[in-house]
Amino acid sequence: MTAQELLDTLSSRFGSAILESKLDVNQPWIKIDGNRAREICLFLRNEPSTRFDYLMCLSGVDYNDGTLGVVYHCSSMEHKHKIVLKAICSKDNPHCQSVSAVWGTANWHEREAFDMFGIIFDGHPDLRRILLPDDWEGHPLRKDYKVQEFYRGIRVPY
Amino acid sequence: MGILDLRLEKSNVVVTSLDNLLNWARLSSLWQMQFGLACCAIEMMAASASNFDIMRFGVIPRATPRQTDVMIVAGTVTIKMASRIKRLYDQMAEPRYVLSMGSCSNCGGPYWEHGYHVLKGVDRVIPVDVYIPGCPPRPEALLEGIMKLQEKVRQESIAKKSA
Repeated sequence: MTAQELLDTLSSRFGSAILESKLDVNQPWIKIDGNRAREICLFLRNEPSTRFDYLMCLSGVDYNDGTLGVVYHCSSMEHKHKIVLKAICSKDNPHCQSVSAVWGTANWHEREAFDMFGIIFDGHPDLRRILLPDDWEGHPLRKDYKVQEFYRGIRVPY
Repeated sequence: MGILDLRLEKSNVVVTSLDNLLNWARLSSLWQMQFGLACCAIEMMAASASNFDIMRFGVIPRATPRQTDVMIVAGTVTIKMASRIKRLYDQMAEPRYVLSMGSCSNCGGPYWEHGYHVLKGVDRVIPVDVYIPGCPPRPEALLEGIMKLQEKVRQESIAKKSA
């Protein structure tokens, strides 16, 4: 299935949840509504003509304009096609639906995106920090991150 | 003059000071704690292997802090790891020594500015006796560090506490 056909399928089914796309690039991407990410991904996985059964990567992004993003790199073992999905949320209220129920891989990736960017994945079964200590302050990969002065009495900056 | 250089008479009596005897015993069997944190640990393993053979200095890796004299902090100490390092150090029996191996554990190394997760020098949580520069230090540098530590131990006295 080409990226254009995929976009048409998604647009006819989800309409307003499909926001934007760019298909004439090496890795075509489709921007989706983060609050409907779960049903869109579930459809992409289950639909026989798409069958995206493999989430290659899930990453967080800080676009440095007040928005955060989640990027899903999906692949199909059966059809050998790939697509990139992007979900956007605001930095003030960083909520996005969890897709860990769709792809088990997403569980730890979402924990990492939560740890580094503070994106809250609604519906995640165990949303804890995965790399940093549980009582760490802030989310280090945000562009406006300021490191804390002390952690449990240990001075952190040089 | 080393204690073994003294001539043994028929009666097998050696006369020396207690300080000398204890220091000689301690510096000749500096058992190390067996753990590594990053790439420096690879060089530490090379120092243990046959080409460099750190065991000829009496440095034997032990897997428990209760049996060790020297902790070689080989690698990047993250802030999450710092409390574990401190705890291991506290479990070691005195006299205990710390060898900071490589730039990361000396001062944070390449992570000094943007490494929010790296402890900027292991001396922020435990006292360090010898710093070995390098990124990572070659095995020869680690051997040099061990010899520096042996020199330090040789100067100790049971009458006055070392710093």
